Amino acid sequence: MEKQYLFSGFGGQGILFAGKFLAYKGLIEGNEVSWLPSYGPEMRGGTASCSVVISDKAVASPIVAKPDVLIAMNLPSLDRFENSVRSGGYIFADSSLIERKVKRDDVNVYYVPATKLASDNGIPTLANMILMGKVLSVFGEFDDQNATSALKKVVSAKHADMLDVNLGALKIGADYKD
Amino acid sequence: MSEKVLMKGNEAIAEAAIIAGCRHYFGYPITPQTEIAAYMAKKMPKIGGTFLQAESEIAAINMVYGVSSAGKRVMTSSSSPGISLKGEGISYLAGADLPAFIVNVQRGGPGLGGIQPSQSDYFQSTRGGGHGDYHMIVLAPASVQEMAELTVKGFDLADKYRMTAMILADGTLGQMMEPVSLDIKVSPEPEKPWATNGTKMQREHNIVNSLSLVPDELEQLNIERFKKYAVVEQNEAMYEEYKCDDAEIVVTAFGIAARVAMHAIDRAREEGIKVGLIRPITLWPFPKAPFEKYADKAKCFLSVELSMGQMIEDVKLATKCKKPVYLCNRVGGIIPTPDEVLDFIRKLNQGGAL
Repeated sequence: MEKQYLFSGFGGQGILFAGKFLAYKGLIEGNEVSWLPSYGPEMRGGTASCSVVISDKAVASPIVAKPDVLIAMNLPSLDRFENSVRSGGYIFADSSLIERKVKRDDVNVYYVPATKLASDNGIPTLANMILMGKVLSVFGEFDDQNATSALKKVVSAKHADMLDVNLGALKIGADYKD
Repeated sequence: MSEKVLMKGNEAIAEAAIIAGCRHYFGYPITPQTEIAAYMAKKMPKIGGTFLQAESEIAAINMVYGVSSAGKRVMTSSSSPGISLKGEGISYLAGADLPAFIVNVQRGGPGLGGIQPSQSDYFQSTRGGGHGDYHMIVLAPASVQEMAELTVKGFDLADKYRMTAMILADGTLGQMMEPVSLDIKVSPEPEKPWATNGTKMQREHNIVNSLSLVPDELEQLNIERFKKYAVVEQNEAMYEEYKCDDAEIVVTAFGIAARVAMHAIDRAREEGIKVGLIRPITLWPFPKAPFEKYADKAKCFLSVELSMGQMIEDVKLATKCKKPVYLCNRVGGIIPTPDEVLDFIRKLNQGGAL
């Protein structure tokens, strides 16, 4: 089984961080993983995206052209990648920032007002992890222990106090019902 | 020590170089390889090494020449336009028979080009790159693990043959993270009796130089150097074969293109198409043996490249043009999708001349 994720949003929304978290979680759970960011001027204020592949076999290609799962944190990302999602795939959209609905009817769509939930909960920088929490819960992959282990790998020692905050954000997303 | 960590390809190269005993790094920043310099800037001062951001690529490669002359392991890294600037220094290293380790994380060209991945420096690196008759050992990793392993291998080969070894990667391999184990075996560094590291009044002066004004002598130096190259060609060619045994179509690709090709091949196999892959790991020396072997058995070859068709020339040479060799490529920073490669394989399988 191989699952291909594409995260996309504005630079600064923590797109790469969320992808790295997911990759580490996959690794901790015994999978092969790859993480590939967009780089260069794209990252300066424009669209940032990152591809994560999690597989039980060696990852054939780290480049995700047809994601199974798209996590869109702004409108340009949804506009750009909506049609690339594999039929039967999943789209998670931050509905605080994306006003329109997904046009396709052959994909599973989850709208999470992640940015609003983040600011309501006093963690305005963690909309990314709220959305991630929803992704994990939809796939039945939310696991406190593995999530904590993965967070330890991606949250730098300097910011160790952010571990629980990130875990909290994941739970807010996981518990959110539309 | 075998716990796997997630690292960017660029970081894996930097850490592996340190593991290989390299304590001297000289470079100049350029996307998409700047993480190598950043990693070295952080690490080298802590382990008694040298990190120096030179005033230019040309300065950096000549600093490499200096350290190598003194017998120490040394490296530089850059991306395509920066490697062109280093070309003169690389030729001088070859002329002086100095070991050195160089990384080229390729981006689209020519000129300043773009910053997205490319493989269009194949000719430049496999044919030497600078002026004069010479070769570099060119290593083409296809994963972050190989970025690390081939870095250690590169330092070993460079010392063994007193040559430049180059990692020829691309922006994707440099930027992507994969699990990597840094438990890599390092051979002991060989003695370097030729190094200019002080006579201690106990031996004659060593001279490291690429100037040779007497034609007979220069001719002899070139002939001797090519005898060494023949040994390298004999002993050091590396490749991976994938599902080639019964293949009618043999795909060939290196680096990131090989990853995409392998994906397409798996899907073509599911459709019953007899297709396999030869993945050169050394680009110079080019692994001729598997191509000679399948030139008689396969119906055709397909070279998948991120260039306008460069490795395809070596494929034609190695197969002695016994079978048609086709090209499936994208350039300018674009990587072909597995679908594009699969479509090409399907068309070849239907016997269509393309």
